[in-house]
Amino acid sequence: MSTVYVPRDAGAQSLGADEVARAIAAEAKRRALPLTLVRNGSRGHYALEPLVEVVTPAGRVAYGPVTPADVPALFEAGFLEGQAHALAHGLTEEIPWFKGQQRLTFARVGIVDPASVADYIRQGGYAGLTRALAMDGAAVVAAILESGLRGRGGAAFPTGIKWKTVHDAPGGQKYVTCNADEGDSGTFADRMLMEGDPLSLIEGMTIAGIAVGATQGYIYLRAEYPHAHRALNTAIAAAYQAGYLGADVAGSGRRFELEVRLGAGAYICGEETSMLESLEGRRGEVRVRPPLPAIKGLFGRPTIVNNVITLATVPWILAHGAKAYADYGTGKSRGTLPIQLAGNIKNGGLVERAFGLSLRELLYDYGGGSATGRPIRTVQIGGPLGAYVPASQFDVAVDYEALSAIGALLGHGGIVAFDDTVDMARMARYAMEFCALESCGKCTPCRIGSTRGVEVIDQILAGIEGERNLHLLEELCETMVQGSLCGLGGMAPFPVQSALKYFREDFRAPPKQAQ
Amino acid sequence: MRLVRTDIRPTVPCKPRDPGWTYTCCLMKTLAATQETAVKRIVAELKHRPGPLLEILHAIQDTLGCVPEAVVAPVAEGLNLSRAEVHGVITFYHHFRRAPAGAHTVSLCQAEACRSMGAVALAEHARRRLGVDFHQTTPDGRFTLEPIYCLGNCACSPAAMIDGRLHGRLTPERFDEIIAAQAKSS
Ligand SMILES: Cc1cc2nc3c(=O)[nH]c(=O)nc-3n(C[C@H](O)[C@H](O)[C@H](O)COP(=O)(O)O)c2cc1C
Ligand code: SF4
Ligand code: FES
Repeated sequence: MSTVYVPRDAGAQSLGADEVARAIAAEAKRRALPLTLVRNGSRGHYALEPLVEVVTPAGRVAYGPVTPADVPALFEAGFLEGQAHALAHGLTEEIPWFKGQQRLTFARVGIVDPASVADYIRQGGYAGLTRALAMDGAAVVAAILESGLRGRGGAAFPTGIKWKTVHDAPGGQKYVTCNADEGDSGTFADRMLMEGDPLSLIEGMTIAGIAVGATQGYIYLRAEYPHAHRALNTAIAAAYQAGYLGADVAGSGRRFELEVRLGAGAYICGEETSMLESLEGRRGEVRVRPPLPAIKGLFGRPTIVNNVITLATVPWILAHGAKAYADYGTGKSRGTLPIQLAGNIKNGGLVERAFGLSLRELLYDYGGGSATGRPIRTVQIGGPLGAYVPASQFDVAVDYEALSAIGALLGHGGIVAFDDTVDMARMARYAMEFCALESCGKCTPCRIGSTRGVEVIDQILAGIEGERNLHLLEELCETMVQGSLCGLGGMAPFPVQSALKYFREDFRAPPKQAQ
Repeated sequence: MRLVRTDIRPTVPCKPRDPGWTYTCCLMKTLAATQETAVKRIVAELKHRPGPLLEILHAIQDTLGCVPEAVVAPVAEGLNLSRAEVHGVITFYHHFRRAPAGAHTVSLCQAEACRSMGAVALAEHARRRLGVDFHQTTPDGRFTLEPIYCLGNCACSPAAMIDGRLHGRLTPERFDEIIAAQAKSS
């Protein structure tokens, strides 16, 4: 019997994957061909989605992008045996886009059946938990520390240090929380992972719980991700069913319970203390630190807060060893980074590689240049709070230190490309507008300053006192950076400042139309 | 696919007051008996969970189609919170609607990656096609147009969520096709 994979990934669905899956099932029925249809995650090469794969003795053969109209011809050409067709790309593993990647966190995404614990285990899943259960908590924490893993949610704080604080906190109730709020534009690695290999996140959280003595986990998921919500709930139910969650995790006698909680469309709830407030059922207002969440977090108890990618990387580290992970990467940026190529880019998607690749390689070797075919003028890295990087700096290495040396930041690893038609004053205005819309309201520079920022840019664009207003805008940015409690108000000026620095020519009133 | 229980949607006639603006019934201060029962049942079911308020508000919105002002009192009472606290939470989150949406909800992504691929022009087109601005519902009650900030589909920009279905690489032509198909389906 043939096995065919058609992604259920939200991005693939947005390009018609469900219709393709239905067409394949219908055509197989019409031809009375027995067929197993697996709905997997996406491999992350969205130019080829919907990417249909067929299992052959040599490995999986890829066809894409497939439309329902292509399906009869694919059957005619013998795609179930991996035969040639205009949409065929040969073995998926050999497609250049995938071949050079170093997929550790994403090793199973697009490959495994996300709903099946048995398939997960066949593909190496739960090896990390098995190791962790044979170690004491302190040894697990030491392994994470040794791996050099830093938080992938944005702040890049060493994960092992955070875990150690929670581990060393006096006993009683502790929590493991996963930040799945992924609000940054240009990022979708969390979504892909939760839809494509949710069990690796579940395993990572279970390991964290067992390491620090927490018996309850929460995944705080943004409401904008209904597909991930379904995938997580299905996988959590399967893990309970198989005895990998609950009162007796994998027969160890240790308890770990897990549930998904939905956010409600507030960007600020990605900030960890705001997320905790929201999990407690309150307004997502940022808390003043100290105390750190690791000491007084959810319901006042010691709490791990980690990003999806951070937690989903933990099983690999336990299974393969801390040193094996640290062998990837450069300097203080150890391991691999799932990078997301987004926006005006020909081959958008997910590239996981060891730290140290240049921005240019990512944009041109993987990305293939802009989608519109025009020159790429700038990229924004790290979401709405990240700086714009001009084309003259595309040789920078994509790691924490190299980017911060040029005044940029990596954040959650999303790279958004813009071609030369972009109006940077408009983008700066949008950055201020977004900050005003999403401010939690606690600090005046963030709440009022961002609204003022929009007005000042509007005046500049209307040709009112250009120089004076540009100066005012710069001062306003400085005030927000200095006077904000958290990264929203404190970093929203970065895109504005970088736009002013590199693209000042855009901050001018359009020339008056000749009468 | 909206998770709205049609059997207990507002029983008061939903007459749009001004063309292009939202329904008014849920801005009323009272709930119909069936709605009140539903709200009380939700509160009773979920109140013992840790940090239950957001869960309760989600359940109310999934059932009634919105979180009207009139639920503040029963929710506050059930959780032993002040009305101001409950009100403060509802208004903090963009996701909770104060009034029901139209039959179809069209959320267009307006964040950076989608902007780089023409999301602003697409929104302009959508406004013209539907004849309403963001946060408004068409006078016939069929479509509500909303901005949304990233759907995680930034490699296939511009993106939109229409009735829970994600769309990528949208063009004005494709947008019109989808709207025409939705209009036919309702
Ligand atoms: C405004 C703001 C938004 C944030 N949004 C997210 C987010 O969506 N997801 C995330 O994992 N971290 C986000 N962070 C970072 C979190 O505060 C926190 O550092 C992170 O969740 C910790 O996990 P990590 O150490 O695994 O990265 C945000 C921070 C700020 C200031
Ligand atoms: S900077 Fe803005 S979002 Fe952050 S705490 Fe202050 S007001 Fe809230
Ligand atoms: S920015 Fe539009 S989907 Fe992410």
